[in-house]
Amino acid sequence: MDKGLRLEEVTISKGSDRLLSVNEVIAPGEVLSVMGPSGAGKSTLLAFLTGTLPRGFRATGRVILDGHDITAAPPHKRRMGLLFQDALLFQHMSVGQNLAFGLATGTPDRRARVTEALSEVDLSGYEDRDPATLSGGQRARVALMRMLLSDPCALLLDEPFSGLDADLRAQVRRMVFSRAMARDLPVLLVTHDAEDARAAEGRILRIG
Amino acid sequence: MRDVARRAEERADPWRLRPLPLLTLAAMLGPVAAGLWWTLAPATGLDEGRLSAGAFRAVADWPGIAEATRLSLATGLMATLGALGITTLILAGWSGTRAFAALERLLSPLLALPHAAAAFGIAFLIAPSGWIARALSPWLTGWERPPDLLIVQDPWGLALTAGLVAKEVPFLLLMSLAALPQTRAPERQRVAQALGYGRVTGFLKTTFPGLYAQIRLPVYVTLAYSMSTVDVAVILGPNTPPTLSVQIVRWMSDPDIAMRDLAAAAALWQFALVAGAIALWRLAEIATAALGRRWIATGSRGAADPALRAAGYLTGLASAAAVIAGLLGLALWSVAARWSFPEALPEALTARSWMRHGPGALDSFAVTALIAAIATLAALVLTVGSLEAETRHGLRPSRALWLLYLPLLIPQTAFLPGVQIGLLSVGLDTGLGPVIATHIVFVLPYVFLSLAGPWRAFDPRTLTVAATLGAGPDRTLWRIRLPMLIPALLTAAAVGTAVSVGQYLPTLLAGGGRVATLTTEAVALASGGDRRAIGVWSLTQTLVAFLPFALALAVPAVLFRNRRGMAHG
Repeated sequence: MDKGLRLEEVTISKGSDRLLSVNEVIAPGEVLSVMGPSGAGKSTLLAFLTGTLPRGFRATGRVILDGHDITAAPPHKRRMGLLFQDALLFQHMSVGQNLAFGLATGTPDRRARVTEALSEVDLSGYEDRDPATLSGGQRARVALMRMLLSDPCALLLDEPFSGLDADLRAQVRRMVFSRAMARDLPVLLVTHDAEDARAAEGRILRIG
Repeated sequence: MRDVARRAEERADPWRLRPLPLLTLAAMLGPVAAGLWWTLAPATGLDEGRLSAGAFRAVADWPGIAEATRLSLATGLMATLGALGITTLILAGWSGTRAFAALERLLSPLLALPHAAAAFGIAFLIAPSGWIARALSPWLTGWERPPDLLIVQDPWGLALTAGLVAKEVPFLLLMSLAALPQTRAPERQRVAQALGYGRVTGFLKTTFPGLYAQIRLPVYVTLAYSMSTVDVAVILGPNTPPTLSVQIVRWMSDPDIAMRDLAAAAALWQFALVAGAIALWRLAEIATAALGRRWIATGSRGAADPALRAAGYLTGLASAAAVIAGLLGLALWSVAARWSFPEALPEALTARSWMRHGPGALDSFAVTALIAAIATLAALVLTVGSLEAETRHGLRPSRALWLLYLPLLIPQTAFLPGVQIGLLSVGLDTGLGPVIATHIVFVLPYVFLSLAGPWRAFDPRTLTVAATLGAGPDRTLWRIRLPMLIPALLTAAAVGTAVSVGQYLPTLLAGGGRVATLTTEAVALASGGDRRAIGVWSLTQTLVAFLPFALALAVPAVLFRNRRGMAHG
């Protein structure tokens, strides 16, 4: 079995402008940091990987995840976990419902899994809380666990630490990377912040 | 080179929603097209296989045609100009102030108020025996009996114009408020004021041109509506002759079936008049723009600003106050015992009118609610389906916008007679089904315009997060997008219900006069002059239009009482 995330000669262009070309393999447990100025196409690369590339962009090449070609798979079948700068918790659901949303249907012991996930990030008993009443760090932790409960095979991070202040930032960053390592996930981090890329302790790819 | 990622999303849903935008257009434009055809056919003799100008000649020979035409043009143009002028002055002088915020809160209820109820209220206010005359009599006027003056239904159509202005200002204001953020009005206003321009002059010179481009279609809708309204004209407009649209409806309800051809020919004339008026308005826009550029170039800073500001507020306040006082008048008459001129208040209050007319109003309420519920539900399903298809297939939204306005730009009197003629010609009957279908034509554009903004403003990242969590397009729609848009969906439903409740002509013509809603029954009371009955019916009609707005506020507040993040949704 060929584990990891493989980007085979991926090229994305808009009209006749070529935005970026990537040819990389990210091994399980490895972090690849993609850096570049804004407008270099970092978010476009993530949109391509999640299958949500907006109309007007063209992409060639293949994306192989754990040996499966997912280039043409619809977004919800790709098993790519995604974290944005904002936690983007579903505002109409409780914290517990947010976490359960990521669990596959038919998962046994859904409540127990949610409880367990909350205690893993020191949020025991938060099931019925309104997400709007959480602090920034708490929200980031819920978003992380929601993503992990969906059992992804790779992790995509879109500037996920930019919104946090310095103390919290290092703490959340450590937590995200350690969870990814513990589950042996390949991680692609998109950032414009050199410190985030250094802290990832992986290869750095510059685009744009 | 193969484009590997082309809409990977699309593969999740290859075809199911694709037809919905087209279906929506068909539901909206189908009845309009069919109605226009069945207006054209009998008017020109095409339905009998030979062209004939007989019907047109008969219309031209009708003694009232010149006057009816003049009335239609004059009231339509004056009402639109008045409503646009007041709207502009209010925005120019007051947007961003606390006084404006107070006015803003009145907008939705004023807009929801059915035209017929507003017109009755204004009639009760300004009639010779109305509230204003009572308040001034006899101490100022010396009147012991109502004066013999033709104030309501005056031959110049002034009362009609005033009624239309009062009802169209909230519409244009709401449309302008939706468009203002795109014009970056506050920034422009700050720059203009820093350069020494007054509030009003600065607004007119820097913001108005961009704003007007955004609200051009709603202005044309106002013009088309004001020229061809039937219910408001029956209540406030002159009688001999009436406006062209009222005369068309009279011919349609004539027992002599030959009069239908006459009605059809007059409907085409009404259509031509509206088209001509819009063309004329367009020319006036160009001329105004040319004059405006010269005015801007003069660099005048606006000495008349304080007066213009005051004028904007007073006219805006007067039109809102007229409608509100009118409503109060309706309510009071519905519970009035003896109330003789010139007493300002009735001698006593009684539930007698409600006891007498309540049961009948309740029957009509059931019919009204049924029609509104089905039409609004259909419009919501089509709108959500079209918007979701737009999301899933990455369709571009902007091109079809003017199509949304098309059913509102074509005068109702131009194609609804054709709907009735067509139904009868092909052997179908008029009735509840056709009434609902024609209501959808008018409910759909408003539901779509109301929902499209919040729908398209929805953060696409939330949808991407749901997808990466393994939720397919259907689950994302039902579990994430629709629940989060509940406040917007309920508001759209309230707007749709209010539009349906207020419809007079579609109910009358597509229903063949046999479908009795609160609106048709209330308007039918206009000629009788029984103020207590009119009060009961108009008030019931108003409550039915308001109730959904109250629900649209209350339901999300209860549903999301523990979800602070939904408070602004």
